[in-house]
Amino acid sequence: MTFTRLAAAAVMAAALAMPALAQDKKVIGVSIPAATHGWAGGMNFHAQEAINRLKTVYPQLEFVLATASDPAKQVNDIEDMVATRKINALVVLPFESEPLTSPVKAVADSGAWVTVVDRGLAIPGIEDLYVAGDNTGFGRVSGEYMVSAMPNGGKIVALRGIPTTIDNERVAGFEEAIKGSGIEIIDMEHGNWNRDDSFTVMQDFLSKHDKIDAVWASDDDMAIGVLAAIEQSGRKDIQFVLGGAGMKEMIAKVRDNDKMVPADVTYPPSMIATAIELTAVGMTSTAPVSGRFTIGSVLITPENAAEFYYPDSPF
Amino acid sequence: MANIDATQRAKPMLDLKVLGPILALVVLVIVGASLNGNFLSAANITNVLSRSAFIGIIAVGMTFVIVAGGLDLSVGSMAAFIAGLMILVMNALLPALGPGWPLVMVGMLVAIAAGTLAGMVNGFLITTMRIEAFIVTLGTMGIYRSLVTWLADGGTLSLDFGMRSIIRPIYFDGVFGISWPIIVFALVAITGELVMRRAAFGRHAAAVGSNDQVARYSSVNVNRVRMLTYVFLGILVGVATIMYVPRLGSASSSTGVLWELEAIAAVIIGGTMLKGGFGRVWGTVIGVLILSLIDNILNLTDGVSPYLNGAIQGVIIVLAVILQRDKKAEG
Repeated sequence: MTFTRLAAAAVMAAALAMPALAQDKKVIGVSIPAATHGWAGGMNFHAQEAINRLKTVYPQLEFVLATASDPAKQVNDIEDMVATRKINALVVLPFESEPLTSPVKAVADSGAWVTVVDRGLAIPGIEDLYVAGDNTGFGRVSGEYMVSAMPNGGKIVALRGIPTTIDNERVAGFEEAIKGSGIEIIDMEHGNWNRDDSFTVMQDFLSKHDKIDAVWASDDDMAIGVLAAIEQSGRKDIQFVLGGAGMKEMIAKVRDNDKMVPADVTYPPSMIATAIELTAVGMTSTAPVSGRFTIGSVLITPENAAEFYYPDSPF
Repeated sequence: MANIDATQRAKPMLDLKVLGPILALVVLVIVGASLNGNFLSAANITNVLSRSAFIGIIAVGMTFVIVAGGLDLSVGSMAAFIAGLMILVMNALLPALGPGWPLVMVGMLVAIAAGTLAGMVNGFLITTMRIEAFIVTLGTMGIYRSLVTWLADGGTLSLDFGMRSIIRPIYFDGVFGISWPIIVFALVAITGELVMRRAAFGRHAAAVGSNDQVARYSSVNVNRVRMLTYVFLGILVGVATIMYVPRLGSASSSTGVLWELEAIAAVIIGGTMLKGGFGRVWGTVIGVLILSLIDNILNLTDGVSPYLNGAIQGVIIVLAVILQRDKKAEG
């Protein structure tokens, strides 16, 4: 904890201490939401890791990192970066699409390179590079795993996240993948990507349904609440719980062959590192990096779990 | 306004004022039982009562704060912060003390001490520094929420796995088939009701909330009473946290979000006046049960879009308060 905090401070301090050198160096601004929940915490960690690594690889590059706790602060951050640091490129994970669209467009219009991560802007075509997560694919990979794990079909319950487009796309992808497989979603409620909410929802599902074959928790935080509720009930009919995102505790369970957590599906917070890295390549070489880069959701099984386990990450 | 007129108008309302929350609770139980056969099963009732305990324990303390004319918006963040602190301390002392009940006791002491201190900070700023309770607790709400995010480095604080199996029974086990959170909630509620009705402190709190000038002239130490309501609330937040941490063994920035509003809603549904001066702890308990039952019933039934859960809760909260509207509400 202290280490990453120190590292962050060091990055900021270094960035502030060398304005004179900025002339002959290229500056990449990175603007991301603050670590207000698990996934964002992981994303912050990977952003700092990537910046520390790239600073030694490319001494001709400088990085400015700003984390914002709300969209308005993020707009200010970006304006400050343009005004005081004269950034040559901006890597931005928009807090919300609408409010960030025109400030980012202004950066693009000023001639700087713009990389947008995860959430797209409201108007397409502003960014030079779009590094996107694949929510439909996340649902599809989860659904396909369910089908392969339950070849004879079965009754499952599903927990949804906070009602958003992200959640809708995931559920649509999942439903599409299990169509015609004999797997039936007998109940679905919002657990809001929250351990406590998913715990109570799962308790109630267990009261309501006498037989549940499996649970699609759709998120690792929710899977933790679901597992606690199942453990409390003492029920033996639930064969497994499928989470998602790639929290290190859940990946450790997959790696250690936990029977209740046989797999996980990634939606990696490290996609910010991909974006920073590609932007750095674009700034320093002639290799073309513009366009759209979609990070696929990957199924984690005991065989490949070790590759996805980052012991230092907070997520 | 003529006195006779007022009493005549108040009288038919008086019954509903007392019975309103009870009626709403009974209706909810009947609706729940008719919608799903498992609603009245022992397991479901235990689930609902245990999960009500966090908000319930806090809401009993909140009743006193509101009766004395105050408000505390910081309790949800405070619970998250105390939970985080409790986990950090227990993890840090694990090598020294080893997994076992002594360490659990240390964790409990930390929670109570932190709660007391947090309540004293709120109380000090409100009474001695004379800042509006709304502003003070809005400020501390943000402070505790940020602190727990910072402690967890944006992620989740998890209790060491070895400790979890030792501390788990605090939430999941009990005596005579009644789980500990329910027992503690019941004890807190009964004590609260007795203090509100029988003890001088309860009457002083109501006097301060009703008219602090008159209370001061009646030689009630107004600042001391106000201070104590916040300190008691802080202690109860600590107690609620002691029940909360064993459940999932973790705390994050999403812990205890909106608990403050649920607790305040429960107090108001129960018939306590938001502007202070009058309150009843048993009403608060019923308010808490109404809120958890709505959630429970919505989860147990199909046919209502989950998007509408919040709307249904809102309608029932407003209805429960309309049922017990009195002449003061009319102005």
